[in-house]
Amino acid sequence: MNWEIVNQALPFFAKGFELTLWLSLIGIVGSIIVGAIVSLIEYFKIPVLSQFFKGYVELARNTPLLIQLFFLYYAFPAFGIKLSAEASGIIGLIFLGAAYMAEGFMGGFNGVSKSQIDNGLALGMNNFQLARYVVFPQGLSLSVPALSANVIFLIKETSIFSVIAIPELTNTALDLIGMYYHSNEYLLMLVVAYAIILIPVILFLNLLERKVRNAQFGN
Amino acid sequence: MLNSGINVLFEGNNFARLMAGLWTSIWIAVLSLVIGLIIGTLFGVLRTLPNKFIRFILRLYLEFFRIVPTVVLLYLVYYILPRTLHINWAGTWMATLAFSLWVAAEFSDIVRGAIESVPKSQINSGLALGFNRWQLFKYVLIPQSVKLEIPAAINLATRVIKTTSLLMLISVMEVINVGQQIIEANNQKYPIGVFWVYGFIFILYFILDYPLSVWSKRLVKKNS
Repeated sequence: MNWEIVNQALPFFAKGFELTLWLSLIGIVGSIIVGAIVSLIEYFKIPVLSQFFKGYVELARNTPLLIQLFFLYYAFPAFGIKLSAEASGIIGLIFLGAAYMAEGFMGGFNGVSKSQIDNGLALGMNNFQLARYVVFPQGLSLSVPALSANVIFLIKETSIFSVIAIPELTNTALDLIGMYYHSNEYLLMLVVAYAIILIPVILFLNLLERKVRNAQFGN
Repeated sequence: MLNSGINVLFEGNNFARLMAGLWTSIWIAVLSLVIGLIIGTLFGVLRTLPNKFIRFILRLYLEFFRIVPTVVLLYLVYYILPRTLHINWAGTWMATLAFSLWVAAEFSDIVRGAIESVPKSQINSGLALGFNRWQLFKYVLIPQSVKLEIPAAINLATRVIKTTSLLMLISVMEVINVGQQIIEANNQKYPIGVFWVYGFIFILYFILDYPLSVWSKRLVKKNS
């Protein structure tokens, strides 16, 4: 282990670090928004759309991100749709992530106890009131563990962006290894960089899960 | 234009080559799962024992795999094994090693969780019957926790299959790598071959993973 090499590589890693953070953030926020919309469509069983998005969720969840990215980045230009590597990466990550998030939201909604729904109906609530005052508030807190697992998963998936030459952390490390051959140093820095991002995120999400655990009723 | 593009899949022995590539992905996934599930079960059981030192080490092992992305894991094996440890393995074996260790980590946590979810009264009943710890595992804890572990193991299998797509990164001749070669070789004749080849591989992965994920979901529903 040569610390001089580590020192010299630091500015490169700092850049990759920043890009990984940004891409993760955009990907996660985008996935949550799109996933929430998809789960609403499925919850209210909106005809046609709900079947369409059910197919989408299964397709996105049962195929690898790498091939989704290759499709966006290499196959789309054959039809005249040219996307930058970054745009392909973000679209691909949201395509994948939104399906996972939708599944997470739905799991929460379905976990709300039957008696809660019966009570709502007994109070004369209509479908929308039931959703607004009973199913969503309780379902959201139930879906937090699944959503937080997805957040960690999506951050790690950004490492796959390296295959379409987005200069994020993994790509930076591979570039440096290709140029200067010091694989031990660069790989150690890479692992440490992911630890710096993920450990605080994991700790925060654990705290959040503990906070919302009390937000359930009727059990 | 689209219709003629699909022929790229059947030109020469392209189809057979893609299938051979897919087979490489499948056997690596299956072998890694078998090895990983065995080691994972052992680690999971060890993590329910009172020895704090073993529990701490295995927890660290798990957290390492939680933090390091699989891509990075593959590169760690790919560079450290030959360069630092001077062990020269074929890419397929390096991949099997990386995947087995990863599966073992994930499954150890599943097994631990499942064993800990067996009600305390079951353990007390076993103890009242005079079971020792080994008998307790054999007759009470393992049979009752398997029901929770099977859907989780199937779910893990779908993830391992999807992750075999990363094997091309350490130059294993799997289906995507073969696909890239076919695209490059036929670029002149089939300019939109890229759409058909990647589209075909996309569907292949879906065909492998979708039945497994339906099966796992159905088992979970049956348990609850």
